[in-house]
Amino acid sequence: MSAVRVLVGTRKGAFVLTSDGKRSRWDVGGPHFAGWEIYHVKGSPADPNRLYASQSSGWFGQQIQRSNDGGKTWEPVGNQFVYDGVPGSHQWYDGTQHPWEFKRAWHLEPSLTDPDTVYAGVEDAALFRSTDGGRTWQELPGLRGHGSGPFWQPGAGGLCLHTILLDPVDPKRIFIAISAAGVFRTDDAGKTWRPANRGLRSEGIPDPKAEVGHCVHRIAMHRSRPRVLFMQKHWDVMRSDDAGESWHEVSGNLPSDFGFAIDVHAHEPNTVYVIPIKSDSEHFPPEGKLRVYRSRTGGNEWEALTKGLPQRNCYVNILRDAMAVDALDDCGVYFGTSGGQVYASADAGDNWAPIVRDLPGVLSVEVQTLP
Amino acid sequence: MIRVVLPAHLRRLAQVDGEVTLQVDGGVTQRSVLDALEARYPVLRGTIRDHLTQRRRAFVRFFACARDLSHELPDTPLPDEVATGAEPFLVVGAMAGG
Repeated sequence: MSAVRVLVGTRKGAFVLTSDGKRSRWDVGGPHFAGWEIYHVKGSPADPNRLYASQSSGWFGQQIQRSNDGGKTWEPVGNQFVYDGVPGSHQWYDGTQHPWEFKRAWHLEPSLTDPDTVYAGVEDAALFRSTDGGRTWQELPGLRGHGSGPFWQPGAGGLCLHTILLDPVDPKRIFIAISAAGVFRTDDAGKTWRPANRGLRSEGIPDPKAEVGHCVHRIAMHRSRPRVLFMQKHWDVMRSDDAGESWHEVSGNLPSDFGFAIDVHAHEPNTVYVIPIKSDSEHFPPEGKLRVYRSRTGGNEWEALTKGLPQRNCYVNILRDAMAVDALDDCGVYFGTSGGQVYASADAGDNWAPIVRDLPGVLSVEVQTLP
Repeated sequence: MIRVVLPAHLRRLAQVDGEVTLQVDGGVTQRSVLDALEARYPVLRGTIRDHLTQRRRAFVRFFACARDLSHELPDTPLPDEVATGAEPFLVVGAMAGG
């Protein structure tokens, strides 16, 4: 029988939640790395027992942990992230230039085919790759070398490279997203990059339609249709039908088009999920009602999913890496909150229940569907 | 033997309980103690000092004998009480909440 493993990163450790395919009874494992911030945990598509975790601390820096047994045991691997060449500078909050400084790894994206190859999106924004299971890390310098780096600026969370999408059809194509620079795409396996932000409009930068500088919060794709991308921007939910060459808004009837998380149904490439947040200054759901919104039309027409979610006095946030789907039929949808709840729906969002209610604030949620 | 006390986060990372005792050959300084510590526990590389510059991380402090040694030069001899093992060398996470 199938099983599901939910990998949860929190502000004070990692948790591994497991269930059979019914997804009604859950075991909660952890905390792993108690006391450390776990920005992200993700499993290898090529070997589901190979997991990678980003463990960090403002005091003691970065660690990368690796598991070969599905999260039962872990070993620290390489934690040295050195920018290629002279790091240079990016824009600081006040518009002055600020030197590039490594702070933490936000997102780990294992290769689709090789368990020992994994990408890391880091703050200050850069893309690193390991081909030895996380022991050593090398920057893919063409991204920062694109030339626009001095115009990149940190969002409220820092200048972070938070999204890495590996194209399942074209192994040389990768999309990444940076707050606040925008989306970049490579078609040569990371040697060269170009911005992919045409159609975005952001009021917080001098030229609202600039090539770079947009605070993209998250992008998502369906494996069967990698040229179609969905984006939750600082404000606006966007869609691209041409692999990021251009974007158009699909916010439609959402109560707020601000938010962080966005994901796509495992079997319906036109079914998209977002969790609206009231505003950039009020990081909680509109009206105190925690609602996931689902579009079955690829955007513009959205329905509120509320059954089992708190519909009053709810003032949590859902961060950009904290929503994921499983590959079972019906598709399961999962998200974690700043209040420590992890909610799950085993029927594509129609009904929800908390798996666990009182974890530390959730930073990330990933899901593995196991045979 | 040199006695080193690590903060809880680093004890957990290095999988040690209580104090660490280290053999340090030659002069007993911040640098030689941390070199010996990292040689024994490679996982601690980068957690107390920057990998490349070897500078103390900003939120890490060094105390011994009721004194703050954080701003001493790395090659300044540590107090005799640390060198003889009478007092421990304390690696401390800065008092900044969390």
